[in-house]
Amino acid sequence: MLGGIILSVEEIPKEKLLWMYEKMLTIRISEEKAAEYFAAGKIPGFVHLYAGEEAVAVGVMANLRPDDVITSTHRGHGHFIAKGGSLKAMWAELLGRKTGACKGKGGSMHIADLDVGELGANGIVGGGIPHAVGAALAFKLAGVDRVAVSFFGDGASNQQNFHEGINLAAIWKLPVIFVCENNLYQISLPYSKQQTIKSVAERGKAYGIPGVEVDGQDVLAVYEVAREAIERARRGEGPTLIEARTYRFKGHFEGDPQIYRSKEEIEWWVKNKDPIKLFEDKLLSKGIVTKEELKGIEEKIRKLVDEAVKYAEESPWPDPKEVLEDVYSTPTKGWLVWRWPI
Amino acid sequence: MACLEVAYLGVGVMGERVITFAEALNEALDQEMARDPKVFVMGEDVGVYGGIFGVTKGLIEKYGPERVRDTPIAESGFIGAGVGAAAVGYRPVVELMFIDFLGVAYDQIYNQAAKIRYMFGGKAKIPLVVRTTCGAGFRAAAQHSQSLHALFIHVPGLKVVMPSTPYDAKGLLIASIRDDDPVIFIEHKALYGIKGPVPKEPYEVPLGVADVKREGKDVTIVATALMVHRSLSAAKKLEEEGISVEVVDPRTLKPLDVDTILNSIKKTGRLVVVDEGYPRCGFATDIAALAASLAFEHLKAPVKLVTPPDTPPPFSPVLEDAWMPSEEDIIKAVKNIVK
Repeated sequence: MLGGIILSVEEIPKEKLLWMYEKMLTIRISEEKAAEYFAAGKIPGFVHLYAGEEAVAVGVMANLRPDDVITSTHRGHGHFIAKGGSLKAMWAELLGRKTGACKGKGGSMHIADLDVGELGANGIVGGGIPHAVGAALAFKLAGVDRVAVSFFGDGASNQQNFHEGINLAAIWKLPVIFVCENNLYQISLPYSKQQTIKSVAERGKAYGIPGVEVDGQDVLAVYEVAREAIERARRGEGPTLIEARTYRFKGHFEGDPQIYRSKEEIEWWVKNKDPIKLFEDKLLSKGIVTKEELKGIEEKIRKLVDEAVKYAEESPWPDPKEVLEDVYSTPTKGWLVWRWPI
Repeated sequence: MACLEVAYLGVGVMGERVITFAEALNEALDQEMARDPKVFVMGEDVGVYGGIFGVTKGLIEKYGPERVRDTPIAESGFIGAGVGAAAVGYRPVVELMFIDFLGVAYDQIYNQAAKIRYMFGGKAKIPLVVRTTCGAGFRAAAQHSQSLHALFIHVPGLKVVMPSTPYDAKGLLIASIRDDDPVIFIEHKALYGIKGPVPKEPYEVPLGVADVKREGKDVTIVATALMVHRSLSAAKKLEEEGISVEVVDPRTLKPLDVDTILNSIKKTGRLVVVDEGYPRCGFATDIAALAASLAFEHLKAPVKLVTPPDTPPPFSPVLEDAWMPSEEDIIKAVKNIVK
């Protein structure tokens, strides 16, 4: 468990607290809209929603600088928004438009924006973990104090890239923070049936690095744990494994019948462990914000999300000839992007 | 290496410096590391040991353990780390000791390195080189002898390079390191010791440009890596029998210099493809499909493919020699279509 000093909410600047609140709410409102749009058949492909897990992305990202980088997962909208990706570009991507963050070539599962340090959502479980290690290696070689954060789920913690990636970061003392979003299910398989140890954080021991467990529904707890790990990484003291215990309020993907968990269980989490509601209660009880202020923020965010959706819907589709573009960076002689002449 | 006859290099001018294939690669790495501080080398035993085949020899003394980085046996982890370092602007040259080991790291190559640029709408560049070794002839059996280049050629987003001479090896490796895309650079183990003229100064052999290693008029042989040498040797013998053979070495398998191959087929009207990859869905069948689709009217005879059989490489010298495409196989294939 965390050994650091617990900050009281009064010690964090109001501006930072409101940033966290706004980001969490943006993710939630945008994800609710995405569920609605998916159900209406307006979002092609697969969609994995982050609702319920917002405190993890936001609590970590509140400590990052724009020049730090992250790697994300198939459940990546929250990471993208919290790292500073454009909501309009994200929505245009979800709808497969030319103006999308990936020009309509990636979609929900590959949402990315390298310009804001979001090295990409990944359709392969655990696939991004070594990328964060490599980015951190580059930062170490360059002698700068940038850090890399890799987000992944409990399912990924049984993958080779988890073990190999953390081990490399440990032996090379790289500035990486491994954030396991343990939402208790690997699609349908509960955490207790994935491994015999009680917590993913325990695995830190196996690589000789700190492993810290934190309540992933408490944004300030995540913020503090991440702050300590990130500062440690910036000081050149190496990686940390953080396990944030969380819960997805939606199915694994939109359309998931969720036969592996009970309605009562989901309702309990939504009622008692909604990270946004918990944070609201804290902000109100400490007198940091008023109900009116929160209402104003919500209205502002709903407008932002609506604008992003409108922008996406009004955006043009890609030109079919763009299918052949963006495969390579450096042109060469010979046939590079092959197409049999018909 | 005694079992492998390397016959005829097809290059060589009096007075030029002659070094080995391995030395040429070493010089390319050295010169690129000196030129660009963002170039670094990473892999198993690449440091003090100098690489299992000696290609990174001396680099750690010159550039230190940070830039010549020994790794644990964690190919997916360190190739993936290469992808991440490349994504933030570094130029890693990562060594996968044997191409046979790609199975434990393939996702990082074909789903990650190859696709990141495309999936992210052209925003990312992945200037990563994966150097690896291929080829049979060492009695190393089924998991250390394969030529699996087709598994990389198959994947959009990768570039695949397979040199056959020391000159090409140096120039192609330099071009690969300077290229902004992921390049799989495949070195045939039997070629490390061959010698050839190599200029001292850095130079690039451009990707996507084939080399006609020998000109001829009766039949075109398209061959890769060690098979270039076996084909040249066969061509010399066939010449004595009055058959003129042209040998085309594509050098890069992706991108492919289609024009040079088609022009040769148009000239000779006959095609033999010699490749150490497996026979199905391989480089040889790919070139055959090219000829059938784009040069059918120029063909005077069926296309012949000379490859190993559809079995893993065996261990016993007797079995392995039977498995590998030989000079005799090439001569037989040529004679079959030149009547």
